[in-house]
Amino acid sequence: MKPQRCVAEGLFEWPSDEPTVSGSRCDSCSFVTFPTQDACPRCGADATTPTQLARTGTLWTWTRQRFQPKNPPYIGTEPANEFQPYGVGFIELPEGRIEARIAGDIDQELRIGMPMELTVVPFATDADGTEVLTYAFRPIEG
Amino acid sequence: MDDVAIIGVGLHPFGRFPGTSAIEMGAKAARLALTDAGITWKDVQFAFAGSYEVDNPDAVVNFLGLTGLPFTDVYNGCATAASALSQAANTIKLGEYDIGMAIGMDKHLPGAFAADPVQYGVPSWYGETGLFLTPKFFAMKIQRYMYDFDITPPTLARVAAKNYRNGARNPNAFRRQELSEEAILQSPMVNDPLTQYMFCSPNEGAAAVVLCRAEIAHQFTAAPIYLKASVVRTRRLGAFEVHSPWVPPERADSPTVDASRAAYEIAGLGPEDVDVVQLQDTDAGAEVIHMAENGFCKDGEQEALLSARGTEIGGSLPINTDGGLISNGEPIGASGLRQIHELVLQLRRAAGDRQVPGTPRVGYSQLYGAPGTAGVAIVST
Ligand SMILES: [Zn+2]
Repeated sequence: MKPQRCVAEGLFEWPSDEPTVSGSRCDSCSFVTFPTQDACPRCGADATTPTQLARTGTLWTWTRQRFQPKNPPYIGTEPANEFQPYGVGFIELPEGRIEARIAGDIDQELRIGMPMELTVVPFATDADGTEVLTYAFRPIEG
Repeated sequence: MDDVAIIGVGLHPFGRFPGTSAIEMGAKAARLALTDAGITWKDVQFAFAGSYEVDNPDAVVNFLGLTGLPFTDVYNGCATAASALSQAANTIKLGEYDIGMAIGMDKHLPGAFAADPVQYGVPSWYGETGLFLTPKFFAMKIQRYMYDFDITPPTLARVAAKNYRNGARNPNAFRRQELSEEAILQSPMVNDPLTQYMFCSPNEGAAAVVLCRAEIAHQFTAAPIYLKASVVRTRRLGAFEVHSPWVPPERADSPTVDASRAAYEIAGLGPEDVDVVQLQDTDAGAEVIHMAENGFCKDGEQEALLSARGTEIGGSLPINTDGGLISNGEPIGASGLRQIHELVLQLRRAAGDRQVPGTPRVGYSQLYGAPGTAGVAIVST
Protein backbone atom coordinates (compact mmCIF):
# COMPACT_ATOMS: atom_id res chain seq x y z
CA MET A 1 0.00 0.00 0.00
CA LYS A 2 1.24 3.47 -0.90
CA PRO A 3 2.07 5.90 1.93
CA GLN A 4 -0.68 8.49 2.43
CA ARG A 5 -0.99 11.94 3.97
CA CYS A 6 -3.85 14.35 4.62
CA VAL A 7 -3.75 17.51 2.49
CA ALA A 8 -3.91 19.68 5.64
CA GLU A 9 -3.42 18.99 9.34
CA GLY A 10 -6.67 19.37 11.29
CA LEU A 11 -8.96 19.60 8.22
CA PHE A 12 -10.63 16.24 8.93
CA GLU A 13 -10.22 13.31 11.31
CA TRP A 14 -8.28 10.46 9.74
CA PRO A 15 -7.86 7.52 9.87
CA SER A 16 -11.41 6.75 10.87
CA ASP A 17 -14.21 4.44 9.72
CA GLU A 18 -16.56 7.40 9.96
CA PRO A 19 -14.44 10.46 9.12
CA THR A 20 -15.65 13.96 10.01
CA VAL A 21 -14.44 17.41 9.06
CA SER A 22 -13.34 19.85 11.74
CA GLY A 23 -14.81 23.26 12.43
CA SER A 24 -14.73 25.80 15.24
CA ARG A 25 -17.48 26.78 17.64
CA CYS A 26 -17.40 30.34 18.98
CA ASP A 27 -17.00 30.41 22.76
CA SER A 28 -19.19 33.52 22.94
CA CYS A 29 -22.07 33.03 20.47
CA SER A 30 -21.80 29.30 19.54
CA PHE A 31 -21.52 30.13 15.83
CA VAL A 32 -19.83 27.30 13.90
CA THR A 33 -17.30 27.93 11.13
CA PHE A 34 -15.72 25.60 8.59
CA PRO A 35 -12.78 25.10 8.47
CA THR A 36 -11.41 25.88 11.94
CA GLN A 37 -10.59 29.47 12.68
CA ASP A 38 -9.52 31.32 15.82
CA ALA A 39 -11.91 34.25 15.55
CA CYS A 40 -15.68 34.36 15.03
CA PRO A 41 -16.93 36.05 11.83
CA ARG A 42 -20.36 36.65 13.41
CA CYS A 43 -19.60 38.32 16.74
CA GLY A 44 -15.90 39.06 16.37
CA ALA A 45 -14.85 37.19 19.54
CA ASP A 46 -11.37 35.69 19.34
CA ALA A 47 -11.85 32.42 21.25
CA THR A 48 -13.21 29.30 19.56
CA THR A 49 -13.23 25.57 20.37
CA PRO A 50 -12.75 22.78 17.81
CA THR A 51 -15.88 20.84 16.89
CA GLN A 52 -16.62 18.01 14.42
CA LEU A 53 -19.32 18.66 11.83
CA ALA A 54 -22.12 16.26 10.88
CA ARG A 55 -20.99 13.65 8.35
CA THR A 56 -24.24 13.39 6.42
CA GLY A 57 -26.32 16.04 4.70
CA THR A 58 -27.98 16.87 1.40
CA LEU A 59 -26.64 18.24 -1.88
CA TRP A 60 -27.42 22.00 -1.99
CA THR A 61 -25.81 22.73 -5.37
CA TRP A 62 -23.21 21.10 -7.61
CA THR A 63 -21.12 21.31 -10.77
CA ARG A 64 -18.39 19.30 -12.47
CA GLN A 65 -14.84 20.62 -12.72
CA ARG A 66 -13.99 19.64 -16.28
CA PHE A 67 -10.77 21.60 -16.86
CA GLN A 68 -7.52 21.06 -15.02
CA PRO A 69 -6.90 23.79 -12.44
CA LYS A 70 -3.59 25.65 -12.68
CA ASN A 71 -0.71 24.30 -10.57
CA PRO A 72 -0.09 26.13 -8.28
CA PRO A 73 -2.28 26.41 -6.27
CA TYR A 74 -3.63 22.97 -7.37
CA ILE A 75 -1.15 20.20 -6.49
CA GLY A 76 -2.28 17.66 -9.09
CA THR A 77 0.71 17.02 -11.39
CA GLU A 78 -0.87 14.71 -13.97
CA PRO A 79 -0.38 15.63 -17.64
CA ALA A 80 -3.35 17.51 -19.06
CA ASN A 81 -4.55 14.50 -21.05
CA GLU A 82 -4.68 12.37 -17.88
CA PHE A 83 -6.67 14.92 -15.84
CA GLN A 84 -9.73 13.30 -14.28
CA PRO A 85 -12.68 15.72 -13.98
CA TYR A 86 -14.35 15.73 -10.58
CA GLY A 87 -17.66 16.76 -9.10
CA VAL A 88 -17.87 19.73 -6.72
CA GLY A 89 -20.81 20.66 -4.52
CA PHE A 90 -22.06 22.43 -1.45
CA ILE A 91 -23.47 19.97 1.09
CA GLU A 92 -26.08 21.25 3.49
CA LEU A 93 -25.28 20.13 7.05
CA PRO A 94 -27.01 21.31 10.24
CA GLU A 95 -23.98 23.56 10.87
CA GLY A 96 -24.03 25.16 7.42
CA ARG A 97 -23.30 24.46 3.77
CA ILE A 98 -19.75 23.26 3.13
CA GLU A 99 -17.96 22.93 -0.18
CA ALA A 100 -16.43 19.59 -1.15
CA ARG A 101 -15.34 17.41 -3.97
CA ILE A 102 -17.97 14.83 -4.86
CA ALA A 103 -16.56 11.29 -4.81
CA GLY A 104 -17.58 8.73 -7.42
CA ASP A 105 -17.93 8.47 -11.16
CA ILE A 106 -17.91 11.83 -12.96
CA ASP A 107 -21.05 10.86 -14.88
CA GLN A 108 -23.06 9.73 -11.85
CA GLU A 109 -26.42 11.47 -11.55
CA LEU A 110 -26.37 14.42 -9.15
CA ARG A 111 -29.57 15.98 -7.89
CA ILE A 112 -30.11 18.92 -5.56
CA GLY A 113 -31.50 17.53 -2.30
CA MET A 114 -29.97 14.04 -2.60
CA PRO A 115 -28.52 12.57 0.63
CA MET A 116 -24.73 12.66 0.87
CA GLU A 117 -22.14 11.32 3.30
CA LEU A 118 -18.55 12.22 4.07
CA THR A 119 -15.67 10.10 2.80
CA VAL A 120 -11.93 10.54 2.33
CA VAL A 121 -10.37 10.19 -1.13
CA PRO A 122 -6.89 10.36 -2.69
CA PHE A 123 -6.73 13.15 -5.29
CA ALA A 124 -3.01 13.73 -6.00
CA THR A 125 0.39 12.08 -5.58
CA ASP A 126 3.52 13.74 -4.18
CA ALA A 127 6.86 13.44 -6.01
CA ASP A 128 7.95 10.70 -3.55
CA GLY A 129 4.85 8.61 -4.33
CA THR A 130 2.83 9.59 -1.24
CA GLU A 131 -0.92 9.76 -1.97
CA VAL A 132 -2.56 12.99 -0.86
CA LEU A 133 -6.01 12.64 0.74
CA THR A 134 -8.86 15.11 1.07
CA TYR A 135 -12.42 14.95 2.36
CA ALA A 136 -15.25 14.50 -0.14
CA PHE A 137 -18.95 13.71 -0.11
CA ARG A 138 -20.59 10.85 -1.97
CA PRO A 139 -24.24 10.09 -2.66
CA ILE A 140 -25.73 7.66 -0.13
CA GLU A 141 -26.85 4.51 -1.94
CA GLY A 142 -30.54 3.74 -2.31
CA MET B 1 -28.56 68.53 -6.87
CA ASP B 2 -25.82 66.77 -8.79
CA ASP B 3 -22.29 66.78 -7.42
CA VAL B 4 -20.21 65.10 -10.09
CA ALA B 5 -20.36 65.04 -13.88
CA ILE B 6 -18.62 62.87 -16.46
CA ILE B 7 -17.23 65.05 -19.25
CA GLY B 8 -14.95 62.61 -21.06
CA VAL B 9 -14.61 58.89 -21.69
CA GLY B 10 -11.92 56.89 -23.50
CA LEU B 11 -11.30 53.23 -24.19
CA HIS B 12 -8.43 51.16 -25.52
CA PRO B 13 -9.99 48.17 -27.31
CA PHE B 14 -10.33 44.98 -25.27
CA GLY B 15 -8.57 41.88 -26.61
CA ARG B 16 -5.01 40.59 -26.79
CA PHE B 17 -2.23 42.99 -27.76
CA PRO B 18 1.22 41.37 -27.78
CA GLY B 19 3.94 43.96 -27.35
CA THR B 20 1.66 46.59 -25.80
CA SER B 21 1.89 47.04 -22.03
CA ALA B 22 -1.05 47.65 -19.74
CA ILE B 23 0.45 51.05 -18.89
CA GLU B 24 0.53 52.00 -22.58
CA MET B 25 -3.09 50.92 -23.00
CA GLY B 26 -4.03 52.94 -19.92
CA ALA B 27 -2.29 56.01 -21.30
CA LYS B 28 -4.05 55.57 -24.64
CA ALA B 29 -7.46 55.36 -22.96
CA ALA B 30 -6.62 58.41 -20.85
CA ARG B 31 -5.65 60.45 -23.93
CA LEU B 32 -8.91 59.54 -25.65
CA ALA B 33 -10.85 60.61 -22.56
CA LEU B 34 -8.95 63.92 -22.40
CA THR B 35 -9.68 64.59 -26.07
CA ASP B 36 -13.32 63.71 -25.51
CA ALA B 37 -13.46 66.21 -22.63
CA GLY B 38 -11.59 68.85 -24.62
CA ILE B 39 -8.90 69.24 -21.96
CA THR B 40 -5.23 68.33 -21.60
CA TRP B 41 -3.44 66.23 -18.99
CA LYS B 42 -2.19 69.45 -17.33
CA ASP B 43 -5.82 70.28 -16.47
CA VAL B 44 -6.21 67.05 -14.49
CA GLN B 45 -5.83 67.85 -10.79
CA PHE B 46 -5.85 64.30 -9.39
CA ALA B 47 -6.30 60.72 -10.56
CA PHE B 48 -7.06 57.19 -9.41
CA ALA B 49 -5.93 54.16 -11.39
CA GLY B 50 -6.96 50.53 -10.98
CA SER B 51 -5.25 47.31 -12.02
CA TYR B 52 -4.88 43.69 -10.94
CA GLU B 53 -1.68 42.82 -12.79
CA VAL B 54 0.12 46.19 -12.60
CA ASP B 55 1.36 47.30 -9.18
CA ASN B 56 1.76 50.94 -10.19
CA PRO B 57 -0.76 51.90 -12.86
CA ASP B 58 -0.02 55.54 -12.00
CA ALA B 59 3.05 55.06 -14.24
CA VAL B 60 0.80 56.26 -17.09
CA VAL B 61 2.28 59.65 -16.16
CA ASN B 62 5.44 58.56 -18.03
CA PHE B 63 3.37 58.76 -21.22
CA LEU B 64 0.92 61.53 -20.25
CA GLY B 65 3.15 63.98 -18.44
CA LEU B 66 4.95 64.21 -15.10
CA THR B 67 2.83 67.01 -13.70
CA GLY B 68 3.17 66.06 -10.04
CA LEU B 69 -0.55 65.53 -9.51
CA PRO B 70 -1.78 63.41 -6.57
CA PHE B 71 -2.28 59.97 -8.11
CA THR B 72 -3.51 56.94 -6.15
CA ASP B 73 -3.59 53.32 -7.25
CA VAL B 74 -6.47 51.06 -6.21
CA TYR B 75 -7.02 47.33 -6.39
CA ASN B 76 -10.32 45.88 -5.20
CA GLY B 77 -10.89 42.58 -6.96
CA CYS B 78 -13.49 42.60 -9.73
CA ALA B 79 -14.79 45.91 -8.34
CA THR B 80 -11.43 47.63 -8.91
CA ALA B 81 -12.74 50.01 -11.58
CA ALA B 82 -15.84 50.79 -9.52
CA SER B 83 -13.57 51.65 -6.60
CA ALA B 84 -11.42 53.96 -8.74
CA LEU B 85 -14.59 55.69 -9.95
CA SER B 86 -16.05 56.01 -6.43
CA GLN B 87 -12.83 57.39 -5.02
CA ALA B 88 -12.52 59.91 -7.84
CA ALA B 89 -16.13 61.05 -7.39
CA ASN B 90 -15.74 61.33 -3.62
CA THR B 91 -12.58 63.38 -4.01
CA ILE B 92 -14.53 65.94 -6.05
CA LYS B 93 -17.38 65.89 -3.50
CA LEU B 94 -14.89 66.72 -0.76
CA GLY B 95 -14.39 70.01 -2.55
CA GLU B 96 -10.62 69.98 -2.78
CA TYR B 97 -10.41 69.47 -6.55
CA ASP B 98 -12.59 70.26 -9.57
CA ILE B 99 -11.31 67.88 -12.27
CA GLY B 100 -9.95 64.35 -11.97
CA MET B 101 -9.62 61.05 -13.75
CA ALA B 102 -10.33 57.40 -13.08
CA ILE B 103 -8.27 55.03 -15.24
CA GLY B 104 -8.39 51.24 -15.37
CA MET B 105 -6.07 48.84 -17.20
CA ASP B 106 -5.06 45.21 -17.21
CA LYS B 107 -3.20 42.57 -19.17
CA HIS B 108 -4.03 39.01 -18.09
CA LEU B 109 -2.72 35.70 -19.36
CA PRO B 110 -5.35 33.53 -21.09
CA GLY B 111 -7.23 30.99 -18.96
CA ALA B 112 -8.93 31.06 -15.58
CA PHE B 113 -7.32 33.19 -12.90
CA ALA B 114 -4.89 31.36 -10.60
CA ALA B 115 -3.87 32.96 -7.31
CA ASP B 116 -2.74 31.99 -3.83
CA PRO B 117 -5.88 31.34 -1.73
CA VAL B 118 -4.04 32.44 1.42
CA GLN B 119 -4.00 35.95 -0.05
CA TYR B 120 -7.82 35.79 -0.01
CA GLY B 121 -8.05 34.66 3.62
CA VAL B 122 -8.76 31.07 2.54
CA PRO B 123 -6.58 28.08 3.60
CA SER B 124 -3.98 26.60 1.24
CA TRP B 125 -5.77 23.22 1.00
CA TYR B 126 -8.67 24.96 -0.76
CA GLY B 127 -6.37 25.67 -3.70
CA GLU B 128 -4.32 22.48 -3.41
CA THR B 129 -7.45 20.30 -3.78
CA GLY B 130 -8.68 22.16 -6.87
CA LEU B 131 -11.47 24.22 -5.32
CA PHE B 132 -10.03 27.75 -5.61
CA LEU B 133 -11.63 28.54 -8.97
CA THR B 134 -14.13 31.23 -9.90
CA PRO B 135 -15.90 29.51 -12.86
CA LYS B 136 -17.17 26.61 -10.75
CA PHE B 137 -18.55 29.05 -8.15
CA PHE B 138 -20.61 30.81 -10.82
CA ALA B 139 -21.70 27.41 -12.14
CA MET B 140 -22.90 26.32 -8.70
CA LYS B 141 -24.67 29.62 -8.09
CA ILE B 142 -26.67 29.41 -11.34
CA GLN B 143 -27.23 25.65 -10.86
CA ARG B 144 -29.05 26.36 -7.59
CA TYR B 145 -30.80 29.42 -9.04
CA MET B 146 -32.12 27.41 -12.00
CA TYR B 147 -33.45 24.80 -9.57
CA ASP B 148 -35.13 27.40 -7.34
CA PHE B 149 -36.63 29.55 -10.09
CA ASP B 150 -37.16 27.26 -13.11
CA ILE B 151 -34.56 28.79 -15.40
CA THR B 152 -33.59 26.55 -18.36
CA PRO B 153 -30.31 26.15 -20.29
CA PRO B 154 -31.76 27.79 -23.45
CA THR B 155 -32.19 30.98 -21.41
CA LEU B 156 -28.47 30.92 -20.61
CA ALA B 157 -27.72 30.48 -24.31
CA ARG B 158 -30.01 33.41 -25.19
CA VAL B 159 -28.01 35.68 -22.87
CA ALA B 160 -24.69 34.67 -24.41
CA ALA B 161 -25.99 34.89 -27.99
CA LYS B 162 -27.31 38.40 -27.32
CA ASN B 163 -23.98 39.53 -25.91
CA TYR B 164 -22.05 38.14 -28.90
CA ARG B 165 -24.57 39.82 -31.22
CA ASN B 166 -24.08 43.15 -29.44
CA GLY B 167 -20.32 42.68 -29.41
CA ALA B 168 -20.33 42.14 -33.17
CA ARG B 169 -21.62 45.73 -33.48
CA ASN B 170 -18.89 47.09 -31.18
CA PRO B 171 -15.56 47.85 -32.89
CA ASN B 172 -13.77 47.80 -29.51
CA ALA B 173 -14.99 44.33 -28.49
CA PHE B 174 -12.78 41.24 -28.20
CA ARG B 175 -15.10 38.58 -29.61
CA ARG B 176 -16.99 40.05 -32.53
CA GLN B 177 -18.41 36.85 -34.00
CA GLU B 178 -22.10 36.15 -33.63
CA LEU B 179 -22.84 32.70 -32.25
CA SER B 180 -26.13 30.82 -32.42
CA GLU B 181 -27.87 29.63 -29.28
CA GLU B 182 -27.41 26.08 -30.52
CA ALA B 183 -23.64 26.52 -30.99
CA ILE B 184 -23.41 27.98 -27.48
CA LEU B 185 -25.37 25.10 -25.93
CA GLN B 186 -23.33 22.51 -27.83
CA SER B 187 -19.90 23.96 -27.08
CA PRO B 188 -17.88 21.90 -24.55
CA MET B 189 -19.25 21.81 -21.02
CA VAL B 190 -16.80 23.64 -18.73
CA ASN B 191 -18.59 23.69 -15.37
CA ASP B 192 -22.11 22.25 -15.59
CA PRO B 193 -24.49 23.85 -16.56
CA LEU B 194 -22.15 26.41 -18.18
CA THR B 195 -20.52 25.71 -21.54
CA GLN B 196 -17.39 27.26 -22.99
CA TYR B 197 -19.18 30.02 -24.91
CA MET B 198 -21.23 31.04 -21.87
CA PHE B 199 -18.07 32.33 -20.13
CA CYS B 200 -16.03 35.50 -20.51
CA SER B 201 -12.23 35.35 -20.64
CA PRO B 202 -9.61 37.35 -18.78
CA ASN B 203 -7.85 39.50 -21.41
CA GLU B 204 -6.39 42.98 -21.94
CA GLY B 205 -7.62 46.53 -22.26
CA ALA B 206 -8.03 49.92 -20.63
CA ALA B 207 -10.66 52.60 -20.07
CA ALA B 208 -10.69 56.07 -18.58
CA VAL B 209 -13.22 58.64 -17.40
CA VAL B 210 -12.81 62.39 -16.78
CA LEU B 211 -14.94 63.69 -13.92
CA CYS B 212 -15.55 67.22 -12.75
CA ARG B 213 -17.57 69.19 -10.25
CA ALA B 214 -21.09 69.28 -11.70
CA GLU B 215 -21.40 73.10 -11.57
CA ILE B 216 -18.53 73.57 -14.02
CA ALA B 217 -19.46 70.75 -16.42
CA HIS B 218 -21.02 73.10 -18.97
CA GLN B 219 -17.66 74.77 -19.49
CA PHE B 220 -16.58 71.57 -21.20
CA THR B 221 -19.67 70.11 -22.83
CA ALA B 222 -23.22 71.01 -23.70
CA ALA B 223 -24.37 67.56 -22.61
CA PRO B 224 -22.68 66.38 -19.40
CA ILE B 225 -23.61 63.02 -17.97
CA TYR B 226 -24.10 63.10 -14.21
CA LEU B 227 -22.78 60.43 -11.89
CA LYS B 228 -25.82 60.00 -9.64
CA ALA B 229 -24.35 57.26 -7.47
CA SER B 230 -21.25 55.08 -7.28
CA VAL B 231 -21.30 52.48 -4.52
CA VAL B 232 -19.12 49.55 -3.46
CA ARG B 233 -20.23 46.84 -1.01
CA THR B 234 -18.68 43.61 0.27
CA ARG B 235 -20.25 40.30 1.32
CA ARG B 236 -22.17 39.88 4.57
CA LEU B 237 -22.23 36.74 6.69
CA GLY B 238 -24.64 34.26 5.09
CA ALA B 239 -24.25 35.37 1.46
CA PHE B 240 -23.21 32.64 -1.02
CA GLU B 241 -19.91 34.01 -2.31
CA VAL B 242 -16.97 33.17 -4.52
CA HIS B 243 -13.81 31.87 -2.78
CA SER B 244 -15.56 30.66 0.36
CA PRO B 245 -15.42 26.97 1.42
CA TRP B 246 -18.64 27.26 3.44
CA VAL B 247 -21.81 29.27 4.04
CA PRO B 248 -23.52 29.40 7.45
CA PRO B 249 -27.18 28.33 7.80
CA GLU B 250 -28.39 31.93 7.96
CA ARG B 251 -28.98 33.64 4.62
CA ALA B 252 -28.04 37.13 3.50
CA ASP B 253 -28.46 39.00 0.24
CA SER B 254 -25.43 39.27 -2.03
CA PRO B 255 -23.26 42.41 -1.98
CA THR B 256 -24.77 43.30 -5.36
CA VAL B 257 -28.22 43.61 -3.74
CA ASP B 258 -26.77 45.80 -1.00
CA ALA B 259 -24.85 48.01 -3.44
CA SER B 260 -27.86 48.27 -5.75
CA ARG B 261 -30.27 49.36 -3.02
CA ALA B 262 -27.81 51.92 -1.73
CA ALA B 263 -27.18 53.29 -5.23
CA TYR B 264 -30.91 53.66 -6.01
CA GLU B 265 -31.42 55.44 -2.72
CA ILE B 266 -28.54 57.85 -3.25
CA ALA B 267 -29.62 58.53 -6.84
CA GLY B 268 -33.27 58.97 -5.89
CA LEU B 269 -34.13 56.60 -8.73
CA GLY B 270 -35.52 53.09 -9.07
CA PRO B 271 -35.08 50.26 -11.56
CA GLU B 272 -38.19 51.49 -13.42
CA ASP B 273 -36.30 54.71 -14.27
CA VAL B 274 -33.37 52.92 -15.93
CA ASP B 275 -33.15 52.91 -19.74
CA VAL B 276 -29.91 51.03 -20.42
CA VAL B 277 -28.04 48.53 -18.27
CA GLN B 278 -24.56 47.01 -17.99
CA LEU B 279 -24.36 43.93 -15.75
CA GLN B 280 -21.46 41.68 -14.70
CA ASP B 281 -21.77 38.73 -17.07
CA THR B 282 -18.75 36.72 -15.97
CA ASP B 283 -20.93 33.99 -17.44
CA ALA B 284 -24.42 33.90 -18.90
CA GLY B 285 -25.85 32.69 -15.59
CA ALA B 286 -24.41 35.66 -13.74
CA GLU B 287 -26.29 38.06 -16.04
CA VAL B 288 -29.53 36.17 -15.36
CA ILE B 289 -29.05 36.32 -11.58
CA HIS B 290 -27.86 39.93 -11.65
CA MET B 291 -31.02 41.03 -13.49
CA ALA B 292 -32.96 40.17 -10.33
CA GLU B 293 -30.29 41.18 -7.82
CA ASN B 294 -30.30 44.70 -9.30
CA GLY B 295 -34.08 44.98 -9.20
CA PHE B 296 -34.84 44.72 -12.93
CA CYS B 297 -37.13 41.72 -12.54
CA LYS B 298 -38.29 39.22 -9.94
CA ASP B 299 -36.47 35.91 -9.48
CA GLY B 300 -37.66 33.58 -12.24
CA GLU B 301 -39.05 36.27 -14.56
CA GLN B 302 -35.86 36.10 -16.62
CA GLU B 303 -37.13 33.03 -18.46
CA ALA B 304 -40.06 34.92 -20.00
CA LEU B 305 -38.15 38.19 -20.41
CA LEU B 306 -35.39 36.48 -22.39
CA SER B 307 -37.91 34.49 -24.46
CA ALA B 308 -39.53 37.77 -25.46
CA ARG B 309 -36.07 39.21 -26.33
CA GLY B 310 -36.68 41.94 -23.75
CA THR B 311 -33.00 42.53 -23.01
CA GLU B 312 -31.96 43.10 -26.64
CA ILE B 313 -30.84 46.56 -27.78
CA GLY B 314 -34.37 47.25 -29.04
CA GLY B 315 -36.08 45.60 -26.05
CA SER B 316 -37.77 47.03 -22.99
CA LEU B 317 -34.61 46.58 -20.88
CA PRO B 318 -31.43 46.62 -23.01
CA ILE B 319 -28.61 44.83 -21.13
CA ASN B 320 -24.92 44.77 -22.05
CA THR B 321 -25.36 46.75 -25.23
CA ASP B 322 -21.61 46.69 -25.96
CA GLY B 323 -21.46 42.90 -25.61
CA GLY B 324 -20.69 42.81 -21.90
CA LEU B 325 -17.86 40.75 -20.47
CA ILE B 326 -18.81 37.77 -22.64
CA SER B 327 -17.91 39.72 -25.78
CA ASN B 328 -15.34 42.12 -24.38
CA GLY B 329 -13.48 39.87 -21.94
CA GLU B 330 -12.42 40.97 -18.51
CA PRO B 331 -9.33 43.07 -17.93
CA ILE B 332 -10.26 43.44 -14.26
CA GLY B 333 -8.95 46.95 -13.66
CA ALA B 334 -10.73 48.34 -16.73
CA SER B 335 -13.98 46.37 -16.82
CA GLY B 336 -16.15 48.73 -14.78
CA LEU B 337 -14.94 51.81 -16.65
CA ARG B 338 -15.78 50.08 -19.94
CA GLN B 339 -19.33 49.87 -18.60
CA ILE B 340 -19.34 53.61 -17.83
CA HIS B 341 -17.85 54.35 -21.28
CA GLU B 342 -20.72 52.45 -22.91
CA LEU B 343 -23.42 54.08 -20.77
CA VAL B 344 -22.07 57.54 -21.56
CA LEU B 345 -22.09 56.79 -25.31
CA GLN B 346 -25.65 55.46 -25.04
CA LEU B 347 -26.91 58.51 -23.09
CA ARG B 348 -25.20 60.83 -25.60
CA ARG B 349 -26.92 58.85 -28.37
CA ALA B 350 -23.48 58.25 -29.84
CA ALA B 351 -23.35 54.44 -29.69
CA GLY B 352 -23.63 53.95 -33.45
CA ASP B 353 -24.91 50.56 -34.63
CA ARG B 354 -25.72 49.47 -31.12
CA GLN B 355 -27.56 52.64 -30.02
CA VAL B 356 -30.70 51.91 -28.00
CA PRO B 357 -33.77 53.60 -29.53
CA GLY B 358 -35.49 56.66 -28.11
CA THR B 359 -33.93 59.09 -25.67
CA PRO B 360 -32.29 57.10 -22.88
CA ARG B 361 -31.85 59.20 -19.75
CA VAL B 362 -30.63 56.84 -17.06
CA GLY B 363 -27.88 54.22 -17.26
CA TYR B 364 -26.97 51.58 -14.69
CA SER B 365 -23.83 49.46 -14.26
CA GLN B 366 -22.91 46.63 -11.89
CA LEU B 367 -19.69 44.74 -11.17
CA TYR B 368 -19.33 41.63 -9.06
CA GLY B 369 -16.50 39.26 -8.29
CA ALA B 370 -13.76 38.00 -6.05
CA PRO B 371 -13.68 38.01 -3.13
CA GLY B 372 -17.38 38.87 -2.79
CA THR B 373 -17.29 42.54 -3.77
CA ALA B 374 -19.83 44.46 -5.82
CA GLY B 375 -19.93 47.93 -7.36
CA VAL B 376 -22.94 49.78 -8.76
CA ALA B 377 -22.97 53.10 -10.61
CA ILE B 378 -25.95 55.08 -11.88
CA VAL B 379 -25.54 57.83 -14.47
CA SER B 380 -28.08 60.18 -16.05
CA THR B 381 -28.41 63.02 -18.52
ZN1 LIG C 1 -19.25 34.46 17.92
